[in-house]
Amino acid sequence: MKRYEAIREVMTSLPRNALVVTSAGHISREVHLIGDSSRIFYMMGSLGLASSTGLGLALALPESAIVVMEGDGSILLNLGSLATVAHYSPRNLTHLVLDNAAYDSTGGQPSSTTTVPLNRIAEGAGYALVLRASSREALKNALQKVWGEPFPGPSFVLVEVERGSMRERLPRVPRDPGEIAFSFMRSLGSVSPS
Amino acid sequence: MREEEFYLALKACGIDFATGIPCTVQKRILEFFLADAGMWYVQAAREEEAIGIATGAYLAGKKPIVLMQNSGLAGCINAIASLCIPYRIPLLLLVAWRGYPKDTSEPPYHHVMRRCTVPVMEELGVPVHIVQREDPTLALSHSMEELARRRIPAVILLRRGIFE
Repeated sequence: MKRYEAIREVMTSLPRNALVVTSAGHISREVHLIGDSSRIFYMMGSLGLASSTGLGLALALPESAIVVMEGDGSILLNLGSLATVAHYSPRNLTHLVLDNAAYDSTGGQPSSTTTVPLNRIAEGAGYALVLRASSREALKNALQKVWGEPFPGPSFVLVEVERGSMRERLPRVPRDPGEIAFSFMRSLGSVSPS
Repeated sequence: MREEEFYLALKACGIDFATGIPCTVQKRILEFFLADAGMWYVQAAREEEAIGIATGAYLAGKKPIVLMQNSGLAGCINAIASLCIPYRIPLLLLVAWRGYPKDTSEPPYHHVMRRCTVPVMEELGVPVHIVQREDPTLALSHSMEELARRRIPAVILLRRGIFE
């Protein structure tokens, strides 16, 4: 499964009114190409902080489905967040790691997930539901489980994808960071429309 | 002024969500955060992670504070520079300024950051206010004003022994 195929599957299966945080690099760029929305927070710098921002959202908005979509390089920068998420255990948080075992946005250098199973780290930390998917069909089934009612989470899905992008040159997300944050907040009512 | 009054002043500013890494200098203040049923306190594993958690809470409409010591602030430079400033996330950072008082037992591993804390924040463009014994809430009111007006983070530096 290609990464963009996995992203497309996620984007078409999202629960209604889900809020999405995407990590820096090619993931944010592909998400933007596949379906831009004010309910996506593209974290274009700060590699590693997507899961933590997702945790803050999930704790503050317990009725909303919060979805974090990041790469293996991103979660490896912030493995402590797996412990923090599991400790606070917000049921509404879904943590998707698109694992290509490489720093693909910077030239495909291999990452430590070539040998280290992130799903077992999430299991050990204590996520309520941990699944692994390496085909579109398996991903579809996994998403049905994590987004069933009521939220069973926090859930972690290790999505094993191939290296490579949907285009040879992925354009940057052409939006201003301040505008991304403002639109995101407005879409969930944290700021009133002006 | 005592820690309790300072804590109540934070609450009066609307602070309703806290995260961070404990420092002995903030031990008493943290007790109020932890004991308050009307306050979220999320124990992070790392200071930079706390910036991420507070950012999520802010996007959700909370008014967050992040507690840490200045050694941890050094590990937050990229999060401030690439997340808080460009995305306009106004976080209040209550930072224990270790290395003071200079003439006592503060260990050598705090000396370099004691000296660098203010200049590094100034280079980032982050306003810094130092808590003064005569009126500790002054640093708070100045910081809250900057958060609202400039929508960037602001640092409040707290030295050991400010509260009675």
